[in-house]
Amino acid sequence: MAKREVDEISGVEDTGHEWDGIKELDNPLPRWWLYVMYACIVWAIGYWIVMPAWPTLNGYTKGVFAYSERAKTDADVANGQAARAPMFKKLMATPIEQVNANADLRNFAIEAGRATFNDNCSTCHGAGGQGAAGYPSLADNVWLWDGSFAGIEQTINYGIRSGHDQARLSQMPSYGKDALLNAEQINDLTDYVMTLSKMPGADAGKAARGAQLFAENCVSCHGASGTGDPLQGAPNLTDKEYLYGNSREAIHGQIYNGNGGVMPTWEAKLSPETVKSLVVYVHSLGGGK
Amino acid sequence: MTNATTSAPLQLKGFGKPGSRPDILVVSVICVLGLLWAISAAAFSHDLGMSVLAYIFAGAFALGIFAISFAGSKGLLANDDSKYMDGVLKAGVIASTFWGVVGMLVGVIIASQLAFPEFLYFKELGFLNFGRLRPIHTSGVIFAFGGNVLISTSFYVVQRTCRTRMFGGLLPWFVFWGYNLVIVTAATGYLFGVTGGQEYAEPNWVVDLWLTIVWVAYLVVFLGTLWKRKEPHIYVANWFYLAFIITIAILHLVNNAAVPASPWSSKAYSAFAGVQNAMTQWWYGHNAVGFFLTAGFLGIMYYFVPKRAERPVYSYQLSIIHFWALIFTYMWAGPHHLHYTALPQWVQTLGMTFSIILWMPSWGGMINGLMTLSGAWDKLRTDPVLRMLVASVAFYGMSTFEGPAMSIRAVNALSHYTDWTVGHVHSGALGWVGMVSFGALYCMTPWLWRRERLYSMKLVETHFWLATIGILFYITAMWVSGIMQGLMWRAYNEYGFLQYSFVETVKAMKPYYIIRALGGLLFTAGAAVMAYNLWRTAKGDISVKEPLAKAQVA
Repeated sequence: MAKREVDEISGVEDTGHEWDGIKELDNPLPRWWLYVMYACIVWAIGYWIVMPAWPTLNGYTKGVFAYSERAKTDADVANGQAARAPMFKKLMATPIEQVNANADLRNFAIEAGRATFNDNCSTCHGAGGQGAAGYPSLADNVWLWDGSFAGIEQTINYGIRSGHDQARLSQMPSYGKDALLNAEQINDLTDYVMTLSKMPGADAGKAARGAQLFAENCVSCHGASGTGDPLQGAPNLTDKEYLYGNSREAIHGQIYNGNGGVMPTWEAKLSPETVKSLVVYVHSLGGGK
Repeated sequence: MTNATTSAPLQLKGFGKPGSRPDILVVSVICVLGLLWAISAAAFSHDLGMSVLAYIFAGAFALGIFAISFAGSKGLLANDDSKYMDGVLKAGVIASTFWGVVGMLVGVIIASQLAFPEFLYFKELGFLNFGRLRPIHTSGVIFAFGGNVLISTSFYVVQRTCRTRMFGGLLPWFVFWGYNLVIVTAATGYLFGVTGGQEYAEPNWVVDLWLTIVWVAYLVVFLGTLWKRKEPHIYVANWFYLAFIITIAILHLVNNAAVPASPWSSKAYSAFAGVQNAMTQWWYGHNAVGFFLTAGFLGIMYYFVPKRAERPVYSYQLSIIHFWALIFTYMWAGPHHLHYTALPQWVQTLGMTFSIILWMPSWGGMINGLMTLSGAWDKLRTDPVLRMLVASVAFYGMSTFEGPAMSIRAVNALSHYTDWTVGHVHSGALGWVGMVSFGALYCMTPWLWRRERLYSMKLVETHFWLATIGILFYITAMWVSGIMQGLMWRAYNEYGFLQYSFVETVKAMKPYYIIRALGGLLFTAGAAVMAYNLWRTAKGDISVKEPLAKAQVA
């Protein structure tokens, strides 16, 4: 054993070892450190006694409290549902047109609808329903399809081009891609459609030729004056709201490609109560009819 | 190393009699077999990622064979047992510094991608987006930077405290280059979407196997050096390094157990499924923190703090007790990563209670580090390197208190999945691991290159403040955003519906993400200042503004 020496500064003996000039003092374990460690161990043993803790041959020690996180979660979910149940019951019993007349019921439905909307719908329609290119805004009073309570409910339940039997269907032809019209004709048509919403920059000569093409190809859905038909999902072309953008390029692109997005069916995913509250919420966003 | 005048069979040159230099034979055989496998994989592989890895491996093994032949023909492989092996340590210091700056820079990039998703989103270059870069950042700072620091400091410390040259002749070099090949292949794989899919264990099965070979060599080198030591006792730093090496080997083998889809495919299927997979993963993950980022770096602390402070270690008894308590207790703590999941509650209980018990064993290291300063506290005013080491121990104490607190189920209910966890990790990673590594690099560079002192102590001072302020920005931003996030997720309104949608909570965090990126930028800038300072030091420069005569203790 090497010789122990006393450190001059602390007055504590070292262990007599030295490595590359490093020595070790022989200080005892700090008492507070030791006692806090003991306290942690005692606390842990106490926790093991009262809570599920150690595995056994055919299960685990349940603990004095026999606490189960799963049971608690089930109870929490059940409590939450029970707390909301009376209002949902009232909502289902009230004709949807009359929900807004009852302030408390309206607030409840809108809160339920908002929570559902934000987690399911806002990905496409935006938080607050402001929409984006290709995704309709729900926050204005322009409706591609029926904007009544019943119409909104139908759209949510069955979707648009969703593959559901009762899905809403509409099909804008791809005039360019499918070579239904030639390039010049599509240009003329574009200028005419621009004049419908009084968009600046349309060429009068082209628009005049386009009017003829419009009458031949478009009026069956969009109507003679271009005001559209919500029953067929045909957009009004005389307002300034364009699903795919209100520039010349965007209108040209839509005539050429005939894009049509998909709104999913929610019937199987959301309960009737949830859908009803969602309808009230969406109806309240901009201008439900 | 060319003067072959020393004793023993270890000084034979080149391939003349390979049998008498088993180290050269072993490394050569590994390189040749590796090259054969890599060529076959390059020829037969089904997927692009595996082909790329195979080409890198083939190039590396060919380079290895060439280097051994070349060095052998020049007589550079002689092993002078009378000297410390410092060449590989210098390489380690350079690699640590390089990977440190790169890994942190990638961190700043991905932090900016989170703060400004529309600005740094690469539509056509998908591999530059968050998903691929994130494991490059984590592996880059933990395994590339941290791993190189651990390998080089452990080689430094074990030689000095055993008063003997490294065991294994060529093996330490093999460990160094082999380990850095792991880094390069792992990171390249991530870019190509080749991943094992488990956090902090993303390298695919081929890289995992290669790391196993390298790690066994590391263990052999370390144990061999301890075995031939000229000191009667093994110094405490070496216990920690050894615990780190052995445990990482076990963790690596178990968690990465997998069956490859084919010998030429980058894809492998884990041996574990479902909740068992999750539990194995977090047993691995938490012990990677415990043994890679804690035990290994405690080894650094136990050598460099007393050495730099020129004071004896505070308590031998404390070092023994906290070592064994730490080793024993850490193994149990993994389940606290899986609170409120499909993991059975009794497992969660054990994870949480052992995490609480772990508090004091962790603090034993902090106490021993800080109390070693008694009698030398005044040096903190004059020596920024020592201040960095001490600050790292303080951050270690803080994050090893925060960790047990977050493992308590009630606290975890709020903190889990939030940025609070990210902040906690970084207070440990930047504050403890980063700062203690910087301190060790600042010590080792002048020692290894035989310089009187660092190029500039003022630059160390600058680095210290950049790093400290960067860490504070980072962790306070993450505390605030994490707690806010947790509270928003659980907020219900008076009608019993969730108050906020997920995207609203994301939006609310934007300012904190910007602060976090700024903190990371400051920290990285500090590391770049260090890189410059170390480079000038290695070159032998002394800052003209700080002439040697007035120099502080180096």
